[in-house]
Amino acid sequence: MKRGKGLKFVGDSRIQSYEKPKLNRDYSEFPGRTEEFYPDFLLKEWLTGAVFLVGFLCLIVADPAPLERMADATDTGYIPLPDWYFLFLYQILKYSYASGPFNVVGAIIIPGLAMGALLLMPWLDTSKHRNWKKRPVAASLMIVSVAIIFYATWESVAYHDWEQQAEQGKIVFSNLDSDDPVFNELIRTNCTSCHGGELTGASGPDLVTPDLDEGTVKAFVENGTETMPAFKDTLTEDEIDEISQFIANLELTDKKNADNTGEK
Amino acid sequence: MLNRIYDWIDDRIDITPIWRDIADHEVPEHVNPAYHFSAFVYCFGGLTFFITVIQVLSGMFLTMYYVPDIVNAWNSVYYLQNDVAAGMIVRGMHHWGASLVVVMMFLHTLRVFFTGAYKSPRELNWVVGVLLFMVMLGLAFTGYLLPWDMKALFATNVGLDIAESVPFIGEWIKTLLAGDAEIVGAQTLTRFFAIHVFFLPAALFVLMGIHFILIRRQGISGPL
Repeated sequence: MKRGKGLKFVGDSRIQSYEKPKLNRDYSEFPGRTEEFYPDFLLKEWLTGAVFLVGFLCLIVADPAPLERMADATDTGYIPLPDWYFLFLYQILKYSYASGPFNVVGAIIIPGLAMGALLLMPWLDTSKHRNWKKRPVAASLMIVSVAIIFYATWESVAYHDWEQQAEQGKIVFSNLDSDDPVFNELIRTNCTSCHGGELTGASGPDLVTPDLDEGTVKAFVENGTETMPAFKDTLTEDEIDEISQFIANLELTDKKNADNTGEK
Repeated sequence: MLNRIYDWIDDRIDITPIWRDIADHEVPEHVNPAYHFSAFVYCFGGLTFFITVIQVLSGMFLTMYYVPDIVNAWNSVYYLQNDVAAGMIVRGMHHWGASLVVVMMFLHTLRVFFTGAYKSPRELNWVVGVLLFMVMLGLAFTGYLLPWDMKALFATNVGLDIAESVPFIGEWIKTLLAGDAEIVGAQTLTRFFAIHVFFLPAALFVLMGIHFILIRRQGISGPL
């Protein structure tokens, strides 16, 4: 190709002049009702943008950006969830041939192949036709991929426990002192996996909000319930007393007086 | 007056070709929804750009309050969300904008694919577009950690585990991102902040510049 030669203005754009017939022709060869970008078309775009912005702001006011409680790496009972547009990848990792020993399939090979194919699309789909109906292989592969993305996202959403998700991340200000040895040595090892890292409830109930007395807590810890194990045999009498006292003392506070924010 | 200013500048730096590329060109009929309503599919690229501008502006305002360290990050976001005037709006724009930009980019990619607009001579712009898509997903991933709340930390742990499972160089990638082979903590937060606010936006702006220059050089592809 001669560098810098053979380029000419076609309409608004500089493209190589070429021999006809060629399939991917520039629009300027199709005389139609063109419109000046500035100012006519820009004004319409600007109005559409304004309408879009109003809708966008309504969404923001109706549904404020979420914020969960402060990160606590020691809270191992927390079930992680990525932002919704990564859910399909997260779902693929749960399938048996894409997880465990095959983790590399779900985590690297499938997404890598998909991204690689997308990147190299112009050289994989070598058909001269532009219309998708005239390139059935490429079009149907794309439709199947999109269908898989939609299905995996739906599956991930449908089988997720959203109530627990909201509960486990809720911001609660309480007088729970995470430096207290009772909390660190007894409660973190026995209670938080079900009752949440700040005892505000997860699969087990919230222990901070209800006004529990020491005797009640002690009875539960000793005997358990249908869903909760009994700790009579695994913990000593003194340990159960310490736990009961700690939990009975828990109450909600405002942010300023909270002991669980790590500010003190 | 405006014309004289224009001429004065044009005499010195030949601004007309730039002005023609930015503003003074024709919009063809087949992409104009005023003539064919179905041409709204050609708006997705423009909307992606519009939301990207919203993201850049709202992100600039967020950094006025945000503190990238593990003691103060969550508290600064909580303060911004609950005490700063309109802080909730600015954070909401950035949060929802991140979702919308992914949606719009996805739709734009499908439009380009199904109209075959990536075919010769526009292959390179398709590649640049896919790279933009990856940079955007990188921005979405790194931005998720910054509020330093529970879901941020635990989702990032999952993401880093995936990075670690890359054959041969996985651990190296994880250390590069997290600042440590094991600990996800203070270093991770500052690295994700730097990647989210400096490295990826720089890549984004360069790629967007190339994307737009190529559109002007090649023109929009014709009707099917």
